[in-house]
Order: sequence, then structure tokens, then C-alpha cells
Amino acid sequence: VSDNGRVIAPSPVKYADSHLQAVLQRGRFAVTAEIGPPRGANVAPVRRKAKMLRDWIDAANVTDNQSAVVRMASWAGCLVLKQEGVEPVMQLQCRDRNRIALQSDLLGAAALEIPNILLLTGDHPRFGDHVDAKPVFDLDSIQLIWTARTMREQRKLLSGRELKPAPDFFIGAVENPFAPPLKWRAERLGKKIAAGARFCQTQFIYDVKIFAEWMQRVRDLGLDQRCYILAGVGPIKSIRALEHMRNEVPGMYVPDEVMRRLRGVPADQVAAEGLKLCSEIIAEVKTIPGVAGVHVMAFSWEDAIPEILERAGVARRSALSLAGSS
Amino acid sequence: MYRLHHVLDRHIPLWPPVAKALLSSKPIYKLFTSIERKSKQELFGCRMCGQCALPVTAYSCPMTCPKQLRNGPCGGVNPDGGCEVYPDQRCVWLMAYERADEEGKVADMRRLQRPIDQRKWGQSSWVNYWMGEDETLWTSDADLQGLEHEPLLLEPRQAKSGHSA
Repeated sequence: VSDNGRVIAPSPVKYADSHLQAVLQRGRFAVTAEIGPPRGANVAPVRRKAKMLRDWIDAANVTDNQSAVVRMASWAGCLVLKQEGVEPVMQLQCRDRNRIALQSDLLGAAALEIPNILLLTGDHPRFGDHVDAKPVFDLDSIQLIWTARTMREQRKLLSGRELKPAPDFFIGAVENPFAPPLKWRAERLGKKIAAGARFCQTQFIYDVKIFAEWMQRVRDLGLDQRCYILAGVGPIKSIRALEHMRNEVPGMYVPDEVMRRLRGVPADQVAAEGLKLCSEIIAEVKTIPGVAGVHVMAFSWEDAIPEILERAGVARRSALSLAGSS
Repeated sequence: MYRLHHVLDRHIPLWPPVAKALLSSKPIYKLFTSIERKSKQELFGCRMCGQCALPVTAYSCPMTCPKQLRNGPCGGVNPDGGCEVYPDQRCVWLMAYERADEEGKVADMRRLQRPIDQRKWGQSSWVNYWMGEDETLWTSDADLQGLEHEPLLLEPRQAKSGHSA
């Protein structure tokens, strides 16, 4: 029984010995966080963030040239996380690689025992720091998920060539409940699940009502029984960050109510208010049936994550044991 | 448009022989392909990917999406329905869903579209379709039973490289 009292049927298959999957299977409210790798050839920042978050999270995503801005490779960050005792979720997107490179990276991840992968289409280069780059998009996210499942279950590449041994991983996807067509966003997740996704991390939630409506549809379609839904959240640090999010980050929806709330406090208190708001949203989404966990994205502000979780009443992972139900 | 597709249905015995005839003569194939290009560019903004998805995308061309997504909209669609890359253009997948809804074809949106064959750019998609090369382009009606259903794994593409005209 999960924190919100809903029985989650354990998936019969265990993938890649994933701790994240084990936590979700037991119905314990899971916590993942996003760690952005550095712009530079230095792993120290990843190490520092891993150490800081280790006790608070079940796994951490390492982003893959997020927003089309060059950063250290996701797989490299994932290996550093493993060294620091944090289970990694490797993000992999279709913008920068064709099907040959994507499959090769999937093999590399599985061989190095990176148990979780999050497969995305990727932001267009237009939003990044290399606007003159050639976008690839040889596959889309759904085709990449389908490919990963085929590699795992059929033990074959897209070419039909056999894999010895086949890779194993817990496959994740993303979905944005706030982008049109709102009516069909849950169906779209259904498509990703049909392709092979077993967990989903959502876009930033700032409007709990729209998210709850999407979850209703997810439950109506029975998708929460086949795929663990982790609600995406993140704190807003400043009015400048808020403006940037609202105007320049694709797929971001920040309602006017949030704008008013953060604009209503003195400039030196925006960060504290943003942090409080994030905790409140976690506490709210935690009560929505079918929500299996939370995914905290605090871009360049990972230090805030422990306090956000504590305020939201999400226990330190080190205080819980996997054996008992929490 | 759906009606026009009935006319072009490859199960009409006329079409496969026509396709074969077109393939047998380079100049005629070229002429035919340029007519297809002109008409479909005019109607749908066709990019000549050579493996047309229009019959199951409510006649909204997915190759006009800046990411060329074949399986639905990305997460970046603006609240007003504008494309994240070209905000003045309406998201092609949004148009697909809306039109499919009107036409009672929303189930088509559930079909998984397999990766395209990049060798087919510039070829006549009608000829490829009549030759039966599009058979596995998307999951079949049998795979549309419901979202519970897990479709087939991706089978390798048939060895043939398509024709080279």
C-alpha cells in the first residue's frame, strides 16, 4: 500500500536490479532528483551534489545536454553518481544522435550497470547554445523507447542483429500534462507505455488542478497500474528565473496565480517563497491517487532539495528501510 | 481526404501493376514523382519522405514538424497551440488530433509509427505504398484493441532497400 493508500500491483518483472523500481514496487513514495552536469571537464560538482542528496533520494537523473546546451555527458555523470552511492537515471535524447549512436549508448549504459534510463525527444537546438547545430531526430522518443524494449526483450538491434548479451534496464519516459492537446496528453503517455515505458516523470507542476485532471484521465485509462508516475516539481528562485521559465523554456506552464504570489513578496524573500511553494505542491500531489513519487528539478539550486522535501513531509531515505512499508 | 485515399487504396487491383509500370521507366517515374511532389506540397506541405503517414495522421503531415515527430506532439507546444520552434505556426500534431477527433479517427493517433527509412527521401510514396512497402510503417488495426495491448516488438525492416529510381 502506498503512502496515499492505493494498492499498487507489483510488476512481475524486475529490471536491471533497479533500486528505483524496487522502491516503486513496494509502493513507497519514491523521490528522484535532477542533477545537471557541469559545463567543464570536472566531476567535482557532480560528486558534491551526489553527496548532498544521497540520503534524500532513491535515484538521480543526469540530464543529457538539457535545453540543447552543451554539458558533460550524462553517462559520465551517471558513473560518478554510482561511485558516490547514488543510483543513476541516465537521460538520453534523440536530438544529438541517430539510431546507431542511440543503440550504442544504450548498450554502454547497460554494460556499465546504469539500471534506469529516461528516453526523450529533446529540445530543439534553437533553444540552446549552439543554434547553428544540425538537429538529428532520426528517431522520436516513442521510437527510442520501443527500440530499448526491443533490445531488451527481443535481444536484437533495429537491424535485426542479435545482442549477446541483451541489455537490461528500467525504461522511463516524460510527459507534459500542461501542453496542448490537454485532452490527449494521457493517451500520449499510453502510447509511450505501449512502446515500453515503465515509469514516467512529468514536466514541472505549478498548476495542481490541471495535473489532477490529467491524473484522473491516467487512472481512467488504467495507466497508473502499468507505469509508475513521478510528479515533476521544482522551486523558483527569483523573479528573473520565473520570467525566464515562463517566456523562454518550451513547454513550461506557470499560472498567473503563482506569478502574483512570488511578485507579492519582497525581492529578498522570493527564494524562500519559491521553496515553500514547491514543498506545498509536493504535499498536494502526494495525496493524488496514482502518484507514485516525486521528481525534483532544482536547476543550479540542488542545495535546496533537502529542505524542500523535509518541509513537504517526505522522509529522509536513510530513515526508511525497503523491507518495511512506510 | 479520407475518400481520396479510398481511390488510391493499394488493394484496388489496378494500382500494383501501375506502380510496377512506373518503376520500369525512369523518365515516367520521374514525371509521376514530380506530379506527386507538386500536388502534395501544395495540399500538405509534403517533404517527400517517401513513406507517407497522412492516412493515419488525419492528413496533417508529421514531416512538417521541426522535429519530424511521427508519434504525436512534443512537450513544448505553446499554450496557444503554437509550435515551440516556430510559434507562429500551429503544431501539426495538434491539428492532427483535432481533425482526427472531428472525423472519428482518434484511434489512429494510438498507432505506433516505426522509425522511417531514411533512404526513401525523394521517392514517390504512392509507388512505395502500392508496392506494399508501407505495410509495417505503423501498428495495425489488430494492435489498436486498446492501450492495454502491447504491440509487437520492432521487427527488422525487410532487407530490400526500396527501389532506386
